Amino acid sequence: MSGVRVLVGTRKGAFVLTSDGKRKHWDVSGPHFAGWEIYHLKGSPADQNRLYASQSSGWFGQIIQRSNDGGKTWDPVDNKFVYDGVPGTHQWYDGTPHPWEFKRVWHLEPSLSDPDTVYAGVEDAALFRSTDGGASWHELAGLRGHGSGSSWQPGAGGLGLHTILLDPKNDDRIFIAISAAGAFRSDDAGRTWRPINRGLKSEGIPSPTAEVGHCVHRIAMHRSRPDVLFMQKHWDVMRSDDAGESWHEVSGNLPTDFGFPIDVHAHEPETVYVVPIKSDSEHFPPDGKLRVYRSRTGGNEWEPLTKGLPQQDCYVNVLRDAMAVDSLESCGVYFGTTGGQVYASADAGDNWAPIVRDLPAVLSVEVQTLPPSRAQV
Amino acid sequence: MIRVVLPYHLRTLARVDGEVELDIEGQATQRAILDALEARYPMLRGTIRDHVTERRRPFLRFFACEEDLSHERPDAPLPDAVATGAEPFLVVGAMAGG
Repeated sequence: MSGVRVLVGTRKGAFVLTSDGKRKHWDVSGPHFAGWEIYHLKGSPADQNRLYASQSSGWFGQIIQRSNDGGKTWDPVDNKFVYDGVPGTHQWYDGTPHPWEFKRVWHLEPSLSDPDTVYAGVEDAALFRSTDGGASWHELAGLRGHGSGSSWQPGAGGLGLHTILLDPKNDDRIFIAISAAGAFRSDDAGRTWRPINRGLKSEGIPSPTAEVGHCVHRIAMHRSRPDVLFMQKHWDVMRSDDAGESWHEVSGNLPTDFGFPIDVHAHEPETVYVVPIKSDSEHFPPDGKLRVYRSRTGGNEWEPLTKGLPQQDCYVNVLRDAMAVDSLESCGVYFGTTGGQVYASADAGDNWAPIVRDLPAVLSVEVQTLPPSRAQV
Repeated sequence: MIRVVLPYHLRTLARVDGEVELDIEGQATQRAILDALEARYPMLRGTIRDHVTERRRPFLRFFACEEDLSHERPDAPLPDAVATGAEPFLVVGAMAGG
């Protein structure tokens, strides 16, 4: 029987949760790297035993860990992230120039075809790539250098490059998103970039329809249809049907269009998931009810999914990297909360149950769908 | 022989128990100790001092012989008791919350 491996990054370590295809009984491994912040860990689509993890601490800085055995053992690889050339400045919160300073890796995105190639989205926002399994990192400097970099401003959580989408049909196309600069696309494997924010409207910036400056929280795509993108912006859920050339709002009947994660069903490209969150600054579910919202129409028409989720007195958040789907026949959906729960649904969101309830605050959730021989670790 | 005491998380990262013992040629300085430490344990590069500027990370301090040496020059000689191994060189994480 096939199985799943859920990779969970938390404020105080990483956890690996495994189950068979029924997804009812789970083995919990961890904490790995106890005491360290694990912003993200993710497996290579080309080798499911190859995992990468971003481990960081305010005391000791950034570490990158690599596993070659599905998370049983780990080894640190290179942690030297040096901006290309003279880094220059971006804008600080008050609009004054601020030097570019590396702080941490927010997101690791392994190549779709080569286990040794992996991209790293970092704070202060930049994109790095390793082609030797993490033994060395080099900035794809065309992103910061394309022209608007000096005007980028941090979001409340920092100037982080948090989303990296690799186009499965076009090796040269990469989408990334930065809080609070917006979305960008490269059509030449990361050498040159341009903003793709037409149609976004953000009231918190001087020009609401500016080319850059939008607080994009997350972008998702279905691998069969990479020109269709779904975005959870600070406010507004958006959709693009032309690879980001233009966007239109699909928030529809959501109780609030603020939120962090967004994801797409593994087998239904028009089925999209979000977790509405109350803002400004409360950042917990409206009315104390934790609800995932699902649209089966590519947006605009949303239904609340509540079975098995707390419907009173729930005041957790679900962060941008903390939702994922598996690709089993009945699509599994997973998300983690800042209260330390990881919820799973084995039926596309109809019913939910916690895998674990009491982890440290969850920063990221990724899922690997495993062939039968690797289902149990 | 110079003795170095690392904070818990760096001992775990470097997979060492207890003190680290280093042989250093020439004068015992902070830079010489950190160079030798990072050469033996490459995973510690960047965790105590910046890769490029080689400045001490802000939440770490260097103590020895009941003195705070954090703000000494990297090439300043360390006390004889450290150089001879009578006293350890301590890398200490700030007592911060979280």
